[in-house]
Amino acid sequence: MTGAESNPAAILAAEAEAARTDRGAPGGPAGQAGPRGRRDSGPRARDTTAYLQYAAGKLGGALVSMFAVLVTSFFLFRLIPGDPVKQMTGGRRVSSEQLEAMRQEFGLDQPVWQQFTAYCGNVLTGDFGTSYQFHAPVMDKITEALPATLWLTGTAYVLYTLIGIWLGTRTAWRNGRLGDRFHTGLALTLYSVPSFWLGLLLIITFSVGMGPLPGLFPTGGMESGDESGFAYVVDVAHHMVLPVLTLVAVGYAQTLLVMRSSLLDEMGSDYLTTARAKGLRDDLVRRRHAVPNALLPTVTLMFVNLGTVVAGAILVETVFSWPGLGGLFYQALSVPDLPLVQGLFFVFATAVILMNTVADVIYPLLDPRVGR
Amino acid sequence: MDRQDQHGRSRTRPAPARSRLPFVAAAAAAAAFVLTAGLATPLNPAPQKAAAEAAAEDDGKKTLTVAVAQSVDSLSPFIAQRLLSTSIHRLTYEYLTNYDPKDNHAVPAFATKWQPSADKLTWTYTIRSNSRWSDGKKATAQDAAWTFNKIMSKEGTATANSNFVTNFRKVTAPSPTQLVIELKKPQSTMAALDVPIVPKHVWEKVDDISKFNNDKDFPVVGNGPFVLTDFKVDQYVKLRANKNFWRGAPKFDELVFKTYKDQDAAVAALKKGEVSFVAGQPALTPAQANGLKGEPDVKVNNGPGRRFFALATNPGARTRDGKKFGDGHPALLDKRVRQALFLSVDRKAIVDKVFQGNAVEGAGYIPPRFSEYSWQPSAGQELGYDPQRAAKLLDEAGYEKKGGKRVGKDGKPLNLRILCHATDPNDKAVGKYLKEWWGDLGIGLKVNCLDDVSVPWYAGEYDLAFDGWSVNPDPDFVLGIHTCAALPEKAKESAATDNFICDKKYDELYEKQLAEYDPAKRAGLVKQMESWLYDSGYMNVIAYPNAVEAYRTDQIKSIATMPSAAGNIYGQDGYWSWWSAVPASGKTSSDGGSSTGVIIGIAVAAVVLAGGGALFALRRRSTADDRE
Repeated sequence: MTGAESNPAAILAAEAEAARTDRGAPGGPAGQAGPRGRRDSGPRARDTTAYLQYAAGKLGGALVSMFAVLVTSFFLFRLIPGDPVKQMTGGRRVSSEQLEAMRQEFGLDQPVWQQFTAYCGNVLTGDFGTSYQFHAPVMDKITEALPATLWLTGTAYVLYTLIGIWLGTRTAWRNGRLGDRFHTGLALTLYSVPSFWLGLLLIITFSVGMGPLPGLFPTGGMESGDESGFAYVVDVAHHMVLPVLTLVAVGYAQTLLVMRSSLLDEMGSDYLTTARAKGLRDDLVRRRHAVPNALLPTVTLMFVNLGTVVAGAILVETVFSWPGLGGLFYQALSVPDLPLVQGLFFVFATAVILMNTVADVIYPLLDPRVGR
Repeated sequence: MDRQDQHGRSRTRPAPARSRLPFVAAAAAAAAFVLTAGLATPLNPAPQKAAAEAAAEDDGKKTLTVAVAQSVDSLSPFIAQRLLSTSIHRLTYEYLTNYDPKDNHAVPAFATKWQPSADKLTWTYTIRSNSRWSDGKKATAQDAAWTFNKIMSKEGTATANSNFVTNFRKVTAPSPTQLVIELKKPQSTMAALDVPIVPKHVWEKVDDISKFNNDKDFPVVGNGPFVLTDFKVDQYVKLRANKNFWRGAPKFDELVFKTYKDQDAAVAALKKGEVSFVAGQPALTPAQANGLKGEPDVKVNNGPGRRFFALATNPGARTRDGKKFGDGHPALLDKRVRQALFLSVDRKAIVDKVFQGNAVEGAGYIPPRFSEYSWQPSAGQELGYDPQRAAKLLDEAGYEKKGGKRVGKDGKPLNLRILCHATDPNDKAVGKYLKEWWGDLGIGLKVNCLDDVSVPWYAGEYDLAFDGWSVNPDPDFVLGIHTCAALPEKAKESAATDNFICDKKYDELYEKQLAEYDPAKRAGLVKQMESWLYDSGYMNVIAYPNAVEAYRTDQIKSIATMPSAAGNIYGQDGYWSWWSAVPASGKTSSDGGSSTGVIIGIAVAAVVLAGGGALFALRRRSTADDRE
């Protein structure tokens, strides 16, 4: 049973179990004697195996989904009309030998099923092929652009999630008041603003400067290119302010609304009345009792959003010329640069699947009733 | 998804988590970290220092920053195909010849002289002896011969330039200053071999040229007016002036191509002074150009472009051996119908309304900036805007107007389709005008806008299409795409052909001009071909769109256009613009704004944060009262 002791899942689950009974018992701490007594090894062992089974099932499902993504990505993008070779050479002087040579280089002269088997074989060895337009391995192109995307969307993600949860909680707790109406209205307005338009507005006001306001931030890009060390970090942060601001402004409404509505659902609950009756301060009731219970839908949303962090934000990346994966995906699609499109699609889909799986796996830790 | 369900259940019996503190702490830590990363600049004194350093650097170094939208596809001259990449190669490597900035005729570059043999099959180039690679070695004919042989070897090196060498039999370098190219058959384009010559001693060490992108070791060894010093994908390409360039060193010390994926953002960067030059893609929009006209220190260059914008008609798609395919409208096989369509196009209105004056009315196939080959129709030949003559031609062709519609002999009304590029707003706008004008004539028109027109195009499934090509100083390529040899071998296969034109007379003229080594006589033949194309009604040039671009006069004092009288700056045939650019005294482009800007930024951010903090504290205090 030592294994079960050190398993955080089991411990958390047990604690949650205890907490639940705690609330059920009006006597408060005194009532804990009962549930603590139940803390023998039997049910916990059962819980752990059940949890492991549950987690394994989720992981297996994720693997199957990833394989399906791998297969569909190959055929899906071959449905895009257009000849990559012709598209790449469009408007320039090329001879038919050149076109032929390029087709041969890309393997486009082979039958589709042969291309497919070659593709599957290569992917299993981690080789997504060579990009048609950049003549570089797809994996290199992706790893090159990934950090930029993670920095941008990751920072924005953390910020809009925190802001969303915080404001969502506040607005729900004081729903109907001026603050609630203001924040919900503002968030919805920003949510419905096209991100590229907001980005351009920010560029015009804060980069170029307007009236007495001087240009404070760079208009685009990720770095000036002549800094190193700490100056480089500051430089990148300086470049990151406006795109992150855009993403946060457009993105926080989602979290806010979900948090607000799930907290509103909790607000009438008896256990909150009980908590108040125990003499807890309103703030404590909110923080300790209401918010944790309302958090589950928000956690789902957080993980769904986290999955899309990898995919970047095409429009914002374009407006701010951010060298990330979103822009790369757009370029790949417009050719269509099949190996690059397939590779990116696989990476994006994998990120979403993985994050959903992680969410599935940790639900039972947040709420022990899930997965039983 | 069963997750929905899980939420539902979670609401009914909630469970507060006990150990919240670590979570809160972690979240706070994350927030703090992110905040420092995201907002460090306005709060931190470091940027001030950095900006000051950058300014100090700027004082000594003159930098010209160009905003470009394209990504670099490859920096290897054997692979690169995009305009940005090939422009960079123009700047970093020498080509055998260059084009005169005044009138586009071939002028000496790496070769000082070129001479055909009497049988027209051997060309001898004299290579200059005063060109050195940036690593100090001398650039010789051996380098040129090695480059051409490498392209001819087809070891995956044919991607970019093999069209230049298809007719080559043998390339040798008998001496360091002599390059000999033997041809299979005469070829008049030998002074227009746009192939960057690479240093043999560097490139022969490359393991697999077909996969080598030339973007690992900086500075890249070259002998052009600039040396490639740094490259970051989708961010920038940096070049430094080659002080030993034989034609003279460029005036700017550094040239940076900075990526701006959005044109409006690039224009904003120009207004701010972060970039010195904005090239349109392919041109600044009229709105952007007008917006820049009022700016101090910004000059909008509205020069003749190298493109033509044409109305192509489907002459009946077919393969090289004459097999017909596609579904082009049979009415268009009649020259009178094709001409009638063009006669009812008011080109002046299109230039004024659609291009808002940023274009020149179209006529001959080759744009007027290439004065040597440009051709204008004679008065009797010209198909000006004349709806009455168009109506008469249609009557003659047997398409009578009945109840407002032109009806063919088979009793069916004449309805046409036109392919338009959904990505090009000009196509859509012109389509609307055509619909109106041809509607007046009694012809129905369906404007079919697609993101990718190449599929119906190569399948021959269109009646008319908006067409356009960028023309080179040597017109061989844009002429060659209308020959029978360019037709596809199999139906619907993509091929070099533009518009399925195949005509014996035109082909004969094409062969003749290719074998004609006398420039004047060759130009005469080319003009005959243009005349034939004009009369045929297959390619109706509506306009030559201008190159609309802008630069800061407080950063660039002067810059050469091509043609020099009035022309474009970005995408020239040659390195003239960047090589000739003279820095204005004082400022050069700098990133991130002035140090005053940063200081004010810090102040503003501090005030905002302090205000926000105070407000927050006040609110907390007031609600704390409520809470108790």
